Amino acid sequence: MFHKLIDRKGFSDLLKDDMTIMIGGFLGCGTPETLVDIILEKGVKNLTIICNDTAFADRGLGRLIAAKQVGHVITSHIGTNVETGKQMVEGSIKVDLVPQGTLVERIRCAGAGLGGVLTPTGVGTIVEEGKQKLTVEGVDYLLELPLRAELALIGGSLTDKAGNVVYNATTCNFNPIMAMAADTVVVETRKLVEIGEIQPELVMTPSPLVTHIFVSEKS
Amino acid sequence: MIEDINLAKNIIARRIAREFKDNQLVNLGIGLPTLVANHIPEGINVIFQSENGIIGMGPAPQPGQENPDITNAGGALVTALPYGCYFDSAMSFALIRGKHVEYTVLGALEVDQEGSLASWIIPGKKVPGMGGAMDLVVGARNVIISTLHTERGKPKILKKCTLPLTAKHVVNMIVTELAVFRVTPGGLALIEVHKDSSVDEIRANTAADFIVADNLKTMEV
Repeated sequence: MFHKLIDRKGFSDLLKDDMTIMIGGFLGCGTPETLVDIILEKGVKNLTIICNDTAFADRGLGRLIAAKQVGHVITSHIGTNVETGKQMVEGSIKVDLVPQGTLVERIRCAGAGLGGVLTPTGVGTIVEEGKQKLTVEGVDYLLELPLRAELALIGGSLTDKAGNVVYNATTCNFNPIMAMAADTVVVETRKLVEIGEIQPELVMTPSPLVTHIFVSEKS
Repeated sequence: MIEDINLAKNIIARRIAREFKDNQLVNLGIGLPTLVANHIPEGINVIFQSENGIIGMGPAPQPGQENPDITNAGGALVTALPYGCYFDSAMSFALIRGKHVEYTVLGALEVDQEGSLASWIIPGKKVPGMGGAMDLVVGARNVIISTLHTERGKPKILKKCTLPLTAKHVVNMIVTELAVFRVTPGGLALIEVHKDSSVDEIRANTAADFIVADNLKTMEV
């Protein structure tokens, strides 16, 4: 009925140069690390990565930046990864810094079929440059536009074979939001269970959003 | 001046910890603001949120009790209290922008007499990014800035920020090791002075205009 399981080769075959990829996680917590390993092995180049932060040069998705596979990153924080700052100064990576609440809301918009979101965050700062400003009932807002990707890589804790996902504790972060905003969604799950083993009320990402399931090689 | 930086930071943290009321939801930034959690007065329960998706955050885990799935917004391992809960980043920032968080405590590169804050970029030198700071200062009901009064002898409180802003006109209170200021519609007001400091010393180390409140108090720390 459901044939969503993929192996290393199956995932590797999805990867292409110049792709736009969303990767879940917050400073590495909740990041699908095996999928990052496979991107490193395949060596695809000039990726656009959408992520909360660029983690660390030796951990999380930051490893892709250290390996010079990323040409453009859209993120809220790069301060923990020395490589991102260095490559930005050299001009080899383009960095768009977006306030964290705006970043997640732009991704949510794309996944929820909305044309954008009005946020007060960034008004009166350099974040408003080049954006439409609207005044609604006397309050100024910036119009922030949806953000989509070709591929979203999600770090799940518990997934059933249909693709229903549960996230433990703070591994949740951007994962369920990104799972709604990409053409292809791959969940790397730490634990795979049979259909029916997850209590339906506790599912955090509904199965139709998940294209492929990959069983994590990390503990 | 209070020369011992650790002492100075703990004076700031202790003073800020006295602001909270029972069961208020509070978000502490990384660094100096994190110290505030160590000084909550007895009998007051403060509920800590971290923007990576947790309410009811507890202290760092005991050795052997670490759970890599429970982190704070600085990436450090933390614990969750029994009443705690987790949620995704969209919910987390809805709570923040939606005025459900009572206080945010953040550090500053510069803060000014109009309540504007610069805390995320020194162009050409240091570009860590804003993370959640812009949303926090726009969304929290009360914004407290915790900062040493000066850095390398230079005042941190200015007439007008020179660095790119985190947000404009959002700060409610500034707490240093020497003084407490409130940002009012009429400008900056000095409301408390540390017992080992004086209005003259504060004036000499502050690059902003401020009025001295009629009922100026000694900082309780």
